[in-house]
Amino acid sequence: MAASSERSPPPFPESEEQELEPDLEDEDSDEGADIFTGGMLSDVVMDPPLPTSASEPAKDIFSDAPADSFNDPLNKTSAEPEKTESTGLSKAQVVSLVDKAADDEDLFSDPLGESEDVSAEVHKASQNDVVSKADLFGDDDEEDLFKEPLGAVTKKPQVPLFTEEPNDIFTEAKAGSKAPSDLFTEETFTAPSAAAAAKPSVNTGSKTNGLHSDEEDLFAEATVELSLDSPHNDKRKREAAKPSVPASTLSSSASTSKPQPKTLEELEEEENEDKFDLNISVTNPEKVGKFTPTPITTLSMFRSKQFVVRRRFSDFLGLYEKLSEKHAQNGYIVPPPPEKSILGMTKVKVGKEDPSSAEFVERRRAALERYLQRVVCHPSLLQDPDVREFLEKEELPRAVGTQALSGAGFLKMINKATDAVSKMTIKMNESDVWFEEKLQEVESEDQQLRKLHAMVDSLVIHRKELSMNTAMFAKSVAMLGSSEDNTALSRALSQLAEVEDRIEQLHQDQASNDFFIFAELLADYIRLLGAVRACFDQRMKAWQRWQDAQNMLQKKRETEAKLLWANKPDKLQQAKDEIVEWEAKVSQYERDFERVSATVRKEVIRYEKEKTRDFKKQIIRYLESLLQSQQQLIKYWEAFLPEAKAIA
Amino acid sequence: KGSNEESAPSVSANSIKITDITQDGETLTFAITSQKSSSSAGVCVFRTYEDFDWLQQSLLSQEDVPGLLGVIFPPLPGKPLPSTSFTQAKALKQFGFLALGDEWKIYCKALELYLQQVAAHTTLSKSKALSSFFSSTESPGKHRGKKGIFKRLSHVMEEMRKEGHKDVDKFFQSERDSCTHLSVLFKVSTEKFLDTVLTKQKLAVACGHFSTSLHLVCNHDNPAAVTFSKICLKLSDIIEAVKVNFEKVSDNDVSSMGLALDLESRYQEAKKEMLFRRTCKLVELEAANRNSERAKPNKKAIMEGVQKATQKEFNLISSVAKKEIEQYHRARVSVLRDFLVSWCEKQLSTAQETSALFSQHLEACRGFVV
Repeated sequence: MAASSERSPPPFPESEEQELEPDLEDEDSDEGADIFTGGMLSDVVMDPPLPTSASEPAKDIFSDAPADSFNDPLNKTSAEPEKTESTGLSKAQVVSLVDKAADDEDLFSDPLGESEDVSAEVHKASQNDVVSKADLFGDDDEEDLFKEPLGAVTKKPQVPLFTEEPNDIFTEAKAGSKAPSDLFTEETFTAPSAAAAAKPSVNTGSKTNGLHSDEEDLFAEATVELSLDSPHNDKRKREAAKPSVPASTLSSSASTSKPQPKTLEELEEEENEDKFDLNISVTNPEKVGKFTPTPITTLSMFRSKQFVVRRRFSDFLGLYEKLSEKHAQNGYIVPPPPEKSILGMTKVKVGKEDPSSAEFVERRRAALERYLQRVVCHPSLLQDPDVREFLEKEELPRAVGTQALSGAGFLKMINKATDAVSKMTIKMNESDVWFEEKLQEVESEDQQLRKLHAMVDSLVIHRKELSMNTAMFAKSVAMLGSSEDNTALSRALSQLAEVEDRIEQLHQDQASNDFFIFAELLADYIRLLGAVRACFDQRMKAWQRWQDAQNMLQKKRETEAKLLWANKPDKLQQAKDEIVEWEAKVSQYERDFERVSATVRKEVIRYEKEKTRDFKKQIIRYLESLLQSQQQLIKYWEAFLPEAKAIA
Repeated sequence: KGSNEESAPSVSANSIKITDITQDGETLTFAITSQKSSSSAGVCVFRTYEDFDWLQQSLLSQEDVPGLLGVIFPPLPGKPLPSTSFTQAKALKQFGFLALGDEWKIYCKALELYLQQVAAHTTLSKSKALSSFFSSTESPGKHRGKKGIFKRLSHVMEEMRKEGHKDVDKFFQSERDSCTHLSVLFKVSTEKFLDTVLTKQKLAVACGHFSTSLHLVCNHDNPAAVTFSKICLKLSDIIEAVKVNFEKVSDNDVSSMGLALDLESRYQEAKKEMLFRRTCKLVELEAANRNSERAKPNKKAIMEGVQKATQKEFNLISSVAKKEIEQYHRARVSVLRDFLVSWCEKQLSTAQETSALFSQHLEACRGFVV
């Protein structure tokens, strides 16, 4: 069944990837699956052409840059996309631009001049490079494709990854229209591209950006309704908040716009957050015309106010990236957003009205809802102004830089490579054995969850098979009933056929429950574990930074000693100044490390509590559905019994 | 199937039970208890499949029964091969539902039904072979007599052409047509039903794996992990309940509806064979008629003699067949009804049990403090 093939995602990232890439989540907002796997988590059949580790470094670099630097995260963010997008640049260019944004990271400090040269060179570099670099970054590929200047349309064939959709996009791009080129990349490009160093590329970049954003919009039409409300208003508003867009109208509108049917989906999620009575509803997305940005409605209520806003899928990814940049380095577990799925989205985009695409839409809607719920459940993240803005602001600027690829490029790659190396050589002097134990627990939990996920998948497949078989049996019984001479027997057989048909529906529903309740739950947690690992990595980085500073201090002291020996008083003062500077840094970094450690600890404990609560909730939901199924079954058999007895 | 009339010395159909089955290497031995209709004393004999086969052949080859060809013979299930020489897949292909169920339970039930049907048949119950089967201390199958010629008839390829031969009687023509049509439909239904049962069994296995994995969710010492493990154990129990439910449901399926469909399919085959035998006789009769007409004067008398004899046989067969068919229709509806009712009641009861169990689990989960 198409659905099942779609729904069986290649499981989650190999743990190795995650090791190497603590900040995975940062960049991949647009690339969805990329973040966690370096490949598509969900439906997509295609795999990143290159080993994901290659893509990781890119992302790492990117994430490290903003993470570690305390300057202008915004600048960097905006800078990145522009670079990547506008020029369809290779990562190198991106990297250079990132550097430009100022960075106190040793790794990233390049003289402006150099990076610019690099960028210029890179820009001049054959477009083939772009494509190959695109290949490097796995999922980033999509973005690379799209970042390519319009003239690079021909490159398309080189990247076989993408579905026809991206190709179509390109042809449209060729036509010069603002065709969405990237399913998943967002706008982000337009604003930064203006500021980009390389001017000529900017235009193409912005175009591609536009393409991207449109593309994304087309899909992402998720209307996220978030509502914060006081308890007594809750119920009322929740009912009122439910958008009454019936599915039928959506589909009818979709069918009318044949060429590029887009459904405008309003995502509705409902969530009750104790403290703020935050109700989040993500309603089903709707498609809109190809050329109009697809709005997503979010309903949120703060202090008895209700907000309905519309958000694109890319906005969710953007939110994630922002949060990740700001908080991941402090050791917070930033919930990862749902994955992008090229295949799934493509189907939806081309208006395939089959069950698998409907399922995909529902799956995405539910995933976005859960994502937001997790975000608002987090006491610290909830305070973040970006979250508020996401929930309340009428129009989110499209220029928000969420282009994962945009960031790192070479820099990411380098950073990741360095990280990998340093990780191997870091024998962290773990003073607190708690962290070590916890990390091991996380590892084993990851394995177990993956195993469980595979089991649930197999369960779902079998149930669907049962549903199909039951349908066929029902049909055969119906034929028997109509050929049977004996009247009572014939009637009973026809009744039986109906009963079996209804039972088939029960099986279908149960399969869907298995999936949405358990498979998705397990998938979410596997991704979350990635985030948990990431925060451990952050702690490690903080420790590393502290150690490095200590080493540097040591060196400075040695230098001072040498200077004293060599009796060079003029340089001595400078040496002394440096010592003071590094002493300050050492104590700063030590405090940072302590702080991050404390946060990580708190976060992990909170995560574990939340996990147990989550699982319990889902188990109860599942049981309720099982129970309901049985009770339906009882009704059906009770209705059939007299018919069977009446046979004579 | 068949009425419950028995002549005095014969076995009471209802009392026939297969109470035990033992396996010795490749040989299966069935313990069969029965009572004569005239007494309440139970008799137990041990028979192997060869004995059953011998019985069937004996019935088919009785020589002193008029119109025997018109009898619909209760179908004997195929020869069982213990799992040592058969893979599950092969067994399923060969036996369908009869291959399922623990330890030949369903197969035994089918054999039992066969004996009951024979013992309840007006004509067949009087067979000496039958009473010998139930009372002889020796295994009757050891002395194999001639094979029933009738059985061979059905399987000869060239005879197949006669299958489509137009009938002289509207009643029989319509019976033949509907028989062909229905038997195909029943075969299809049986296959589809078997598919659903097999999938349910697969689901049970998958649930088992899932449940086991949940059980193994790791147990660290810290309180949060302990709580989480407990939750997983709870889920493991629930999934286990789902598994048990699937097993029960598929058991119910096999032992009632599955058996019913299997029986119906085989009985329709038996009816088809009978009709075919009659058709063959018809062909023979028509040939005899032609021969008689065309016969030269010196042979004419002989041909007419043959013609008369054949006509008499044919009429006899047809009248027996007619009665058999009417009997078959009545009995068949009654049997299907019994099986459908039994199936429905079993599934209803299982659903109620499972529902209660899920309710309990739900209560427990709701009360679980995180």
